[in-house]
Amino acid sequence: MSRLQRLLIGLFCAAVALWLVAPTLVIVPISFAEKKSLAFPPDGFSLQWYANLVQSPDWSGSVLNSLKIAAIVAVVSTVIGTLAAIGIERMKARGGGIIRAILITPMIVPGVVMAIGIYAVYLDHQLVGTLLGYVLAHSMLAIPFVVIAVGASLSVFDARLETAAASLGASRPATFFTITLPLIAPGVLSGLLFAFVTSFDEVIVALFINSPTLKTLPVQIFASMTRDSDPTVAAVGTLIFALTSLAIAAGLWFGTRRRRS
Amino acid sequence: MADKERGAAVDIRAVTKTYGSFTALERVSLRIEAGQFMTFLGPSGSGKTTTLNVIAGFTGLTEGEILIGGRSVGNLPAHKRNVGVVFQHYALFPHMTVEANVAYPLKLRRVPPAERRRRVARTLDMVRLTDFVHRYPAELSGGQQQRVALARAMVFDPPLLLMDEPLGALDKKLREWLQLEIKRIHRELGTTFVYVTHDQEEALALSDRIAVFNRGRIEQVGSGRDLYENPKTLFVGRFIGESTVLAGPHEVRGGETVLRIGDERVSHPCQPSGAGRQTLLVRPEKITLRRRGAGPAPGGNRLSGRVSEAIYLGSGVKYEVTLADGTRGVARMALTDAPFALGDPVEIGWMKQDARLLPDDGSSQASQSGEEP
Repeated sequence: MSRLQRLLIGLFCAAVALWLVAPTLVIVPISFAEKKSLAFPPDGFSLQWYANLVQSPDWSGSVLNSLKIAAIVAVVSTVIGTLAAIGIERMKARGGGIIRAILITPMIVPGVVMAIGIYAVYLDHQLVGTLLGYVLAHSMLAIPFVVIAVGASLSVFDARLETAAASLGASRPATFFTITLPLIAPGVLSGLLFAFVTSFDEVIVALFINSPTLKTLPVQIFASMTRDSDPTVAAVGTLIFALTSLAIAAGLWFGTRRRRS
Repeated sequence: MADKERGAAVDIRAVTKTYGSFTALERVSLRIEAGQFMTFLGPSGSGKTTTLNVIAGFTGLTEGEILIGGRSVGNLPAHKRNVGVVFQHYALFPHMTVEANVAYPLKLRRVPPAERRRRVARTLDMVRLTDFVHRYPAELSGGQQQRVALARAMVFDPPLLLMDEPLGALDKKLREWLQLEIKRIHRELGTTFVYVTHDQEEALALSDRIAVFNRGRIEQVGSGRDLYENPKTLFVGRFIGESTVLAGPHEVRGGETVLRIGDERVSHPCQPSGAGRQTLLVRPEKITLRRRGAGPAPGGNRLSGRVSEAIYLGSGVKYEVTLADGTRGVARMALTDAPFALGDPVEIGWMKQDARLLPDDGSSQASQSGEEP
């Protein structure tokens, strides 16, 4: 390959990379803006929007709500999704495919359609704006991700190891916790992460079922954006961006370290 | 350590296993004495692995009863049977070190850590893997992995150890060495061993007794020598060792059974047992090979043919002879005998009483038809 070709490929890749991260990077300077404006590039420097994020009950409350709901959803949907994936794997030919397809529908059906259905049911049952309401709706949306992630791990899991464990004296529960779970842990963990993000990130259903007393961060961002141009949005975005980058970097670092040892 | 009373006897009583309309095992009965090395030998699909799985509790049985150490294990799940199992595919836990794999059954039995370490070390010493305790299974060779699996299956001192083609995935040299190791371990432990294989040489090398399986039944049980010298059925005779199998119309004449093989006749000094087609089975070392027309063989039978293959074995020469009717004959000659070349017209001869007269159970055509010239 000539130098020119290599240079062109390098430039092209850099352009694609920039294109992918540019929207994220734009919010970082905006979050430090001095004036209450989302103009880019911003003038001056201040930390007032970060202060507002902490002090305003609207913002800090919605962040805490989102974290709480996402954490519960992650646990609930990981448990249910993992059990479902194991059941489907065991069923194999006997209708497992159909059950899998049914479980995955929330991923395929347009969010708005789901949201309308959920809203209609919630109105009747006083679930609008409740923690239970959010957890139920978000778990439904998150379970497919867990089923897929755990299913992928199970498809490479050697079920004969469970037979071996039984011959060594392990009961069904002991086999699950000492053999099956540790070996499908990568799938379970990525399912957990997907479930958390699905809930934390979810706008459409949350817009329908939120109430002034209980709203999630995406709803708060959306409301803030439609009302005025408040750079607190950018501050929230920057914080989430920094935290997720750190988490992924840590994950990569630990992952490569463990593989080397 | 070598407590000879440690093994458990196994009593298999009229066990039947069906899958839908398919009968995998049909009223199989077998007694395995305590401390014995019993091998289940048979072709694939003959029911030997199913029997092993039924003993281990991995598969339920449709009818019958199994007793281990005098106790019926009918409803006992696999994890309560206290039976060690070694699998062909090793089935080591990939997320555990060698040490943790071997300690696993002891942990489940709540053996205290100090005692656990002692027993793991002792067992790994027995399979000669002391230097590998901290390795993961993926870092071991196939032979090493199987020795870990063996250590894991015997570390909790089960009175019965089941092995399902444990050496099937290994190369010949390693297999032969591990056979000796397994034999030594069996002597040291005094545990009852049940070993499944389709390799008759392996069965002969290892076992006190061999049960030959065919189509969901046991054809014959006996020592390797029993089975080789006195096969009760043609299937057993063909499966164990090499043989020349002659089939043809027969008649009983003066207490002797005479078979017509092509244009020639051979006889056997016994009456046929049962009706139907009869076959004669002759072992290669009972056959002498001579040039054609070298005079009558005294007190014996002879058939003419041509040498179709000569294989140098080191200890002797094995000749394959295509007989006049197309049957493949096998003879083993000493190196001191005059050699024959391919295509040489020869006669095979044997003493009448050295052959076995067996009813034809259909196992002769199946394997011979493909070898006819």
